[in-house]
Amino acid sequence: MSADALVYLRRHAGFFVFAVLIMTIPAYLHDSYYLSILAFMGTRFMMALGVSLLLGLAGQISLGQAAFVGIGAYGAAILTTRLGFNPWLAMGLAALLSAVIAGLVGVPTLKLRGYYLAMATLGVNEIIYILLVQLKSLTNGTDGISGIPSLSIGSLDLGGPKAYHLIAWGVALLMAAIALNLSRSRVGRSLRALRSSEPAAESLGVDTSFRKVQVFMVAAAFASIAGSFDAYYVHYISPDGYTITFSIILVTGVIIGGLGTVWGAFWGTAAVVVLPEILKRVNGDITNLIFGILLIAIMVLWQGRTRSLGRLVRTFLVNRRGRQGTTDGAGEPEA
Amino acid sequence: MPLLDIANVSKSFGGLDALKDVNFAVHQGQIKALIGPNGAGKTTVFNLISGSYRPSAGRVVFGGVDLTRKAPHAICRLGVGRTFQHSLVFDGMTVLENVTVGRHCRSKAGVLSAALSLPLHRREEREAFKVAGESLRRVGLEGKADEFAGNLPMGERHLLEIARALATEPKMLLLDEPAAGLNEEETERLAETVRRIRSEGITVLLVEHHMGFVMEISDEVVVLDYGRKIAEGPPLMIMDNDEVVKAYLGEALE
Repeated sequence: MSADALVYLRRHAGFFVFAVLIMTIPAYLHDSYYLSILAFMGTRFMMALGVSLLLGLAGQISLGQAAFVGIGAYGAAILTTRLGFNPWLAMGLAALLSAVIAGLVGVPTLKLRGYYLAMATLGVNEIIYILLVQLKSLTNGTDGISGIPSLSIGSLDLGGPKAYHLIAWGVALLMAAIALNLSRSRVGRSLRALRSSEPAAESLGVDTSFRKVQVFMVAAAFASIAGSFDAYYVHYISPDGYTITFSIILVTGVIIGGLGTVWGAFWGTAAVVVLPEILKRVNGDITNLIFGILLIAIMVLWQGRTRSLGRLVRTFLVNRRGRQGTTDGAGEPEA
Repeated sequence: MPLLDIANVSKSFGGLDALKDVNFAVHQGQIKALIGPNGAGKTTVFNLISGSYRPSAGRVVFGGVDLTRKAPHAICRLGVGRTFQHSLVFDGMTVLENVTVGRHCRSKAGVLSAALSLPLHRREEREAFKVAGESLRRVGLEGKADEFAGNLPMGERHLLEIARALATEPKMLLLDEPAAGLNEEETERLAETVRRIRSEGITVLLVEHHMGFVMEISDEVVVLDYGRKIAEGPPLMIMDNDEVVKAYLGEALE
């Protein structure tokens, strides 16, 4: 093996180990209930990756990601059930549409900062939600759309839990690789730079408006693809799944998981998917209340340390010599 | 033709004149200083040159190109590098990573190329880190490459900003109060660095309150007071100018 390949493997060791662990789960886990939870985790991980790029890397908050998940789901559903499109093509077209809408929305809104951007994206989410409910001839209103086909490759049906696990997580891992590559690249550094100081980033040649719109479009495409996957797995969608509440949970998850690295998206996803499942078993009725309280508690306890556990440990080790602060504000959403 | 020509430039903010009909030029290879009391409009001049502001009247011409309607990132590409009065290093990044951002204007790899780590991107990455390392050596910060920029003391933050601007391959460097908060030794080191940068062929325009520093390294000085230019010339002539002494130097030199 060449030296280059070794360096490459070492640099990406964490990712490869993670990928192997995830992809081998269907070999020993046969319970379709747990596999379904994992499948949902996969698609939420895709959405969270987009949020992580947008919020963690570029410091731009979007409380409207559920709108793009909805466009992905409805795009897939309408194109396959009404027009007989191939599911993969429908997914691609919906992602394209999401990215275009994100671009159109992003140009005026990404000039806004902090709270204003949050409000504007909330508004976008609400508009899309209302359209999903009101455009009855297209979306079937609150009744939703059923009979959405499964994914398949040729004659190979991917509707079963194991096959679906492999394809959904396969795509999620691909997105994680893309997010990791981006965060380590010139593009990623320009995003971290503009999060830290837009004037400084601009003085070094970063077109900050363009970059923000770009990352917003990428996040929208990720969310959209995730939404399409969900639709193909559950075969039924209704507007309820794409409300502001869901957008907020997504952002909360990513903040809990840690904004400093792409891995934060995974831990955050795990928290927002697994916690409600556990709570449901303990007590059915007040699940949402307890979930909310837990999220608040984690946020408060985690405040200022939103850089993922791995990063925390590393900064701790580095700083043992000189006692310096570990927080530099990089984790604050509105920074 | 001068490298930078500030021609009849005015800038007002809601009726308040920050700059009024200012004229001066900076020639290739000069170190020129812009001085004046607080609020005289020095940083406004920098923001006009680097594209953060647009002049209310007049033109800023750099290397024959009118900068008046250009965005900051485009002006960077034309060869204007700058530092900031209140150090704007990227805290959460290492010193070396900070400087690689300076390569942004000299590289092209976009989202797709970066996402898939295509050869263009990989080549540019190698080049960016190589140039960033060299830029750090040019300001003497190579020993701090892997530290977090947020942990640097003030003096080194200024040097880091200079290294970052150098990585953009500027023809001209704008330094906004580079000596602020530095002790004597650090100021001396800064003066050496600025002279070395000039000897490499980079023109320097700086705003500074530290008069010893200004008089020591500048070829020419422009004095602003209440948004107007009140004097321009070699340091010795400026120190003798009655109006300047009255407006500013009298108190600063005490």
